[in-house]
Amino acid sequence: MDLLEYQGKQLFSAHGVAVPSGEVAETVAETVAAAERIGYPCAIKAQVLIGGRGKAGGIKIAADRDEAEAHAGAILGMDIVGPHGEGPFRVDRVWIEGGSAIADEYYASVILDRGEKKLLAMVSAKGGMDIEAVAAEDPDALVKEHIDPTRPFTAAAARPIVERAGLAEDALDEAAEALAKLAETAMEEDATLIEVNPLIVTEGRDVVALDSKVTIDGNALYRHEGLAELDAEAIDDPQEAMAREKGLTYVKLDGNVGILANGAGLCMSTLDVVAQAGGAPANFLDAGGGSKAEAIVDALTVIVSDEKVSAILFNIFGGITRCDEIAKGIVEASAQIELGVPLAVRLDGTNSEEGLAILAEAGLDDLHQETTMLGAARKVVELAGGA
Amino acid sequence: MSIIVDEKTKLVVSGLTGREGSFHGLRNRAYGTHLAAGVTPGKGGQDVEGVPVFDSIRESVEQAGANTSMIFVPARFAAPAIDEAIESGVETVIAITEGIPVLDMLKTYWKAKEAGVRLIGPNCPGVLSPGKANVGIIPAQFFDPGKIGVVSKSGTLTYQIGNELKQAGEGNSSIVGIGGDPIIGSDFIDILELYEADPETELIVMVGEIGGDAEERAAEFIASEISKPVVAYIAGFTAPPGKQMGHAGAIISGSSGTAQAKKEALEAKGVRVGESPTETAKIAVEVLRG
Repeated sequence: MDLLEYQGKQLFSAHGVAVPSGEVAETVAETVAAAERIGYPCAIKAQVLIGGRGKAGGIKIAADRDEAEAHAGAILGMDIVGPHGEGPFRVDRVWIEGGSAIADEYYASVILDRGEKKLLAMVSAKGGMDIEAVAAEDPDALVKEHIDPTRPFTAAAARPIVERAGLAEDALDEAAEALAKLAETAMEEDATLIEVNPLIVTEGRDVVALDSKVTIDGNALYRHEGLAELDAEAIDDPQEAMAREKGLTYVKLDGNVGILANGAGLCMSTLDVVAQAGGAPANFLDAGGGSKAEAIVDALTVIVSDEKVSAILFNIFGGITRCDEIAKGIVEASAQIELGVPLAVRLDGTNSEEGLAILAEAGLDDLHQETTMLGAARKVVELAGGA
Repeated sequence: MSIIVDEKTKLVVSGLTGREGSFHGLRNRAYGTHLAAGVTPGKGGQDVEGVPVFDSIRESVEQAGANTSMIFVPARFAAPAIDEAIESGVETVIAITEGIPVLDMLKTYWKAKEAGVRLIGPNCPGVLSPGKANVGIIPAQFFDPGKIGVVSKSGTLTYQIGNELKQAGEGNSSIVGIGGDPIIGSDFIDILELYEADPETELIVMVGEIGGDAEERAAEFIASEISKPVVAYIAGFTAPPGKQMGHAGAIISGSSGTAQAKKEALEAKGVRVGESPTETAKIAVEVLRG
């Protein structure tokens, strides 16, 4: 789960990392009122989960009330496309904060290093720019140090890292303190990524986090009530919200071929073979292990509620999941809801013969049985209107 | 031979008195696995269909000779349960539970490492050595004994490929589900090393998916340490690109973690990568039969 910039900053602040004070707003009027309270100059920043907001025109400095109003009008409701074509992300709220007098711009991050099985702290004196480019062109400018996950990480331990990164002498103590607190935030809030770019030194020589990127481990949300609430309100896609409510793992995609498979790996593989057959998947839906008929009804309800879907592929290899339960679910779903699109069904594995017999007996219109995964992929692409 | 589980496995199941634990534990026993004990705190002295239940894993090691522990405990309690197994004296811990917080696993990983205990999973289907032992939830009926070792991040995808191998007349020395979580006890490399040393294994099928850089690391390891042929499959070419949050991930791994990057890394080291599970099984059979 990714946090918006202001949500990340609020988390930092709760752990003692200095951030500019500000307010969140969803309308032009709210933005102007907040700007008036905060004073000028102030920054008005689009809150979307994508980098490159500045270049896209999503971050503006307002010198007075008129500018605040004009910027808010331009930013709220705009669509921001990421640097690699991600999105578009519609801006539905902005963060307004006081302008900072920047003397130096640094980079700091704490991230889960899957390969080394440790947390990794990274610091650079070259902040405020594309850190991937810094790492590629001047690797020595990015200092990396692993953190022992079984011990607290103190400012004293952080001090040699910020020193090696070559930060300004008079900012070292505060920068070490900030890095230690970012690591504490990661450990206590179950964050797998914390990135601050830039971490600034103000003209008054205070170290302040001017931006935030935070990813929280979804498996740990049960022990972070406040974050779990943010997660629930962050979903704005109707199918994804419906799937969440029904406890299904669903990701919306752009195509017209609805997909239902069991197991994340098989589901991903199913998307791939449908794409290879010339189709465009409409979704990822992992029905999970041991699915019962009811879960299949729920899954089909979610898939057909996406109007783009023009055919659906069931790709089931039953291990714990029993194919007869899947077949019952398909029959029940066709009785309860108007599917309105053809189904290609491949049932293999546990109780597949029973499952196929149930489908045959039900004699559903527009249900096409296939015996192999590749055959089913080709069939569903044909049913969806061809490649 | 085979790897990790075999005739010498003496299994202890945490949560054997619960619904999932008893279903799968007894299913493993029905396959021929030596189910030595169950553990449920407070229920020591009882039995489940003749299998003695102890209060702790350590007691099951001392009194029933258990050497392999299987964890079915719900996610919130699973990391402490794995820790208990690590400290109990078993050689191998197989954690099936999914949804364990990753920072909990970070600590548990190092505990296993320091204790010299082999940890498989979490969030994995377990390990099957056809004809010998099954520990976990892999449906054994789709696999025959044979010469192909399988190591996979994904459960159902493994069943799919295993079944295609079986239909082509080939079987497996072992099937190891290492799990798809960011922090797992054993990576591709650990299992590849075991297969390299296993005389029964003549070819290795490796099934990866997007995320992390375990496949890229495995490619390097295969080039320098593995003499047996390896055939791979990677899932997730059309998976939606994760919203790009920060750049720190790409900096440490030096890889984007995409399916394409993994495929290229493996192919650069001479590993053939199948386009689909079906093609992967076909290539494996072709290479095996020379």
